[in-house]
Amino acid sequence: MCGIVGLFLKTQRHESELGRLTALMLEQMTDRGPDSAGFAVYGDDRDDRTKLTVLSEGVDTDWGEVCARLEVALDGAVAHRMVLDHTILETALDGVDVRRWVIQNVPDSTVLGSGHAIEIYKAVGDPRLVAERYGLAERTGTHAIAHTRMATESAVTTAGSHPFSTGEDTCLVHNGSLSNHNLLREILESKGESFQTENDTEVAAGYLAWRLREGDTLVEALERAIDELDGFYTFCIGTRDGFAVVRDPIACKPAVVAETDDWVAMASEYRAIAQLPDVADAEIWEPDPAKIFAWSRA
Amino acid sequence: MTVLDLSTGTLREVNSILQAAESGDYVVAHPQGAHALACGLDAAVGVRVDGPVGYYCAGMNQQATVLVDGNAGTGLAENIMSGSVTVTGNAGQSAGATGHGGLVVVHGNASARCGISMKGVNIVVGGNVGHMSAFMAQSGNLVVLGDAGADLGDSIYEARLFVGGSVASLGADCVEKEVRPEHLEFLAGCLVDAGMDADPSDFRRYGSARALYNFHPDDVDAIRDAAGAADNRGEDR
Repeated sequence: MCGIVGLFLKTQRHESELGRLTALMLEQMTDRGPDSAGFAVYGDDRDDRTKLTVLSEGVDTDWGEVCARLEVALDGAVAHRMVLDHTILETALDGVDVRRWVIQNVPDSTVLGSGHAIEIYKAVGDPRLVAERYGLAERTGTHAIAHTRMATESAVTTAGSHPFSTGEDTCLVHNGSLSNHNLLREILESKGESFQTENDTEVAAGYLAWRLREGDTLVEALERAIDELDGFYTFCIGTRDGFAVVRDPIACKPAVVAETDDWVAMASEYRAIAQLPDVADAEIWEPDPAKIFAWSRA
Repeated sequence: MTVLDLSTGTLREVNSILQAAESGDYVVAHPQGAHALACGLDAAVGVRVDGPVGYYCAGMNQQATVLVDGNAGTGLAENIMSGSVTVTGNAGQSAGATGHGGLVVVHGNASARCGISMKGVNIVVGGNVGHMSAFMAQSGNLVVLGDAGADLGDSIYEARLFVGGSVASLGADCVEKEVRPEHLEFLAGCLVDAGMDADPSDFRRYGSARALYNFHPDDVDAIRDAAGAADNRGEDR
């Protein structure tokens, strides 16, 4: 089944409580996905610094030592801070170079995402506990997307949890299942994408990453995805300055969107949105099938 | 008037009280998008829900009059048998699905598959309906004051569809039909029942061309080809 939520703040009014509101929304979707959960938070956006979120599950990595080696290898300063098994690297170096170096040189680690604003956290377990463990409620920022998972297409693992990164500052959560992911995975691998799981959503993320790398805008990439991805999906896609929602042409997987002057929210069910301030004044609707809804501050 | 507060009572408690009621009027406060609220009622009670509800509100309703002052999620009044269910805001997908009788009124928009497989219910939507509305509709009336999305009335049997605005496209075997005096008479009464202000003469009528009703020998080759293709893909049939 799975539950997805997204909250994009159109104004600064609720930025200090972005995490608290997202956690309330996420918890409401527990019934839809009690296996595992994850969230991406966008905040503290700085042009001169890239953040990389790295998961080191079940291993005791000495990140001080790793950063020292990384600084020598790429000739630039790298700071790190840890949130349990997630490590955030902060650097003025090129994010793509750092990501590649970490993947090649730090075994048993998975780079969950990178960008100027994004941080991604995910884990197996009850969504409320996952949110508490990684301090979602205390986070501030401009927008967040989150996911509760009931696995159907691949194993219940942290790596198989959402959100999946689709490139710099871009990530994806998914409710549904894709039926042509094995074929698409082979095609994308031949185009240079690499995959870390057997998960169908990772293929959708890889597809968007490929199209964005080829120069498509997000809307162009999503329009193409509607033609090429076969299956059921409601996607919520986070970008550096906004988010987008898209459903397959049949649109069986639920989605509801609400908008006020201060925020736009999407969720699998209204009860997640019911937690938000001034919801009584919100315009609320179900997004049309095969239509791209996107918001940004730009 | 009895007030049932979902911020203090559980959904099961509230539904149990409503389902046991034989008469009277009830107000449900703080619904917060709860699912399956006021389901399975079978008495002439009045229920007003003060706020938005989640999935399957007032499902299987019989006799009761349910008013939701807010929006409703997926499956509003699913399989309604009699009575009425009214929503002041928008309704999610599959509103009035498989309804056998009674009246479903949505003052805002209803989303995809409104009235799917309806079997006698009357559904009145003040705004627009989404794609695949009245899919496989068998009986009853769908009245849409606004526009209808793509594939209206796909594979329809005998329901009557009235649309005041535009139709994005008609589904398979759904065609426009003449509006006769009995249709104007029906619309006039139905719109009054629904509390809608519209002129019956502004509606166009759609219904079944009845071309998909029966097996036709000319179709046998197409059916055989489809079956062969399924075999080649190793699918179960």
